[in-house]
Amino acid sequence: MSELQLKVLELLKEDARRDAELIATMLGVSLEEVKSAIAELENNHVIVKYATVVNWSKVDDEKVTALIEVQITPERGRGFEGIAERIYLYPEVKSVYLMSGAYDLLVEIEGKNLKEVASFVSNKLSPIDAVLSTKTFFILKKYKQDGIIFEEHEGDHRLMVSP
Amino acid sequence: MLKEETEGTSVSGQRRQNMSDYLSPLVKGIKPSGIRRFFDLVSARKDVITLGVGEPDFVTPWHVREAAVYSLETGKTQYTSNAGMPELREEIGQYLNDSFQVAYDPASEIVVTVGGSEAIDLALRALITPGDEILVPEPCYISYSPITSLSGGIAVGIETSADNEFKLTEEALRKSITPKSKVLIVSYPSNPTGGIMTYEDWLPIAKVVEEHDLIVISDEIYAELTYGTKHASFAALPGMKDRTILVSGFSKAFAMTGWRLGYMCGHPELIAAMLKIHQYTIMCAPTMAQYAALEALRNGMEEKDKMVESYNQRRRLVVKGFRDIGLQCHEPQGAFYAFPSIASTGLDSETFAQRLLEEAGVAAVPGQVFGLGGEGFLRCSYATSVTQLTEALDRIGGFVHKLKQG
Repeated sequence: MSELQLKVLELLKEDARRDAELIATMLGVSLEEVKSAIAELENNHVIVKYATVVNWSKVDDEKVTALIEVQITPERGRGFEGIAERIYLYPEVKSVYLMSGAYDLLVEIEGKNLKEVASFVSNKLSPIDAVLSTKTFFILKKYKQDGIIFEEHEGDHRLMVSP
Repeated sequence: MLKEETEGTSVSGQRRQNMSDYLSPLVKGIKPSGIRRFFDLVSARKDVITLGVGEPDFVTPWHVREAAVYSLETGKTQYTSNAGMPELREEIGQYLNDSFQVAYDPASEIVVTVGGSEAIDLALRALITPGDEILVPEPCYISYSPITSLSGGIAVGIETSADNEFKLTEEALRKSITPKSKVLIVSYPSNPTGGIMTYEDWLPIAKVVEEHDLIVISDEIYAELTYGTKHASFAALPGMKDRTILVSGFSKAFAMTGWRLGYMCGHPELIAAMLKIHQYTIMCAPTMAQYAALEALRNGMEEKDKMVESYNQRRRLVVKGFRDIGLQCHEPQGAFYAFPSIASTGLDSETFAQRLLEEAGVAAVPGQVFGLGGEGFLRCSYATSVTQLTEALDRIGGFVHKLKQG
């Protein structure tokens, strides 16, 4: 990956609404260079999606999120891939990571309420043959996600004018 | 003493008529800062986007703040040695040598001060005999001339101009020198112009300094904030180390303005004289701030580089923005200020700034408060978010368009 592509990624990671023209100005390069860098990043699926970070706790329609540690038996020839896929294809599963350590997969799941999450675990996740055990942890509060602090506690305290 | 008590006193000079009669004429002679007046105007308004802030928009990196907290938790609440903690002076010496190729002995040539501001005050107090002329290239930071007056010196402004990117030229310097000239105060990268001096730019200046036996106070507080070229310290020029009092600090490089921590370096005899004033007036710089500074120098360089990169991106944005609006703007190569010319609008700086505030809700500091050569310009700090900068440029564009049409 080129240095320019990296810099473009950093600027878009900060604010995905920045357009190519603004980015070109900020980096001191031509508009064409930025456009082609972005196009390539999109085509190669380096940029997967332009999404919005939402603080759901401020939305009335509250959701419940849980992290589930899952122990599984890997399959011959496919390892963890097949089981991981069976799990991540469920729309209520928000993220799935293969982990080192005491368990194998870390699954993040979102539901309308506690009951919905519990029923996903007992009806969908646990019955999978390869799943040996699960441990469910409910998230009580999100302080920071993807480098973004949810409760802005460090506002701009500077004087309006100073020498 | 008070006015009502003095009635009936006939001999003027023995009984003072007003409280202000108690004040030193030197202090009374100092004009209030033009920035202060503007600050009051801005503070009275809401919905203002300000480009008037002379400090970073970053909060001090957390590991630096944490080092100060830890120093408090472990009871490091006592005085340090007058010159500052030895390990901090060591670290400063190492840093200056690594970054700018100037070698100072931490034991005798470096003193930690309460911001660069204290260091400038100490230097001027230590050097000035009343009547000495102090050469100050302008537009410049607003403190040099008043502090000079306080010590009985006479500040002699040297006008620099946008045509030379606000560099100090040999010709302008020579024209201002008289037999009374003793000190030259230089401050590059420059607040307010963003101008810098390269090593080559300095060479002829060093020649004049040598020729006229001057001492140079070099305020290098923005040394870390240069874009494209590495900062050239005046002390690093051949033969100039002993003629230079290098002043710097942590405010701008590490986003530590409120900590008030700076330092000065120079010839041991000069440093000893300044340390004498420092020990009687200040004792030592705040201990917790010194611990924070130590952490900043030891582990803060990566984060500092990121901040510099971010300023650079915003610098490009505002310079292009002003040029697109149709305002001439030289390319600032240091600090975090753009200094566009507003002369084409037909307004003077003060009127422009005031109307921009009232009619467009953008605050920026009128150039004339920074001395000679500042009239016709506007100091715009780009140490603010890209979103705010974009909005400010939109508003300024609309305002200038309206002016030029009407």
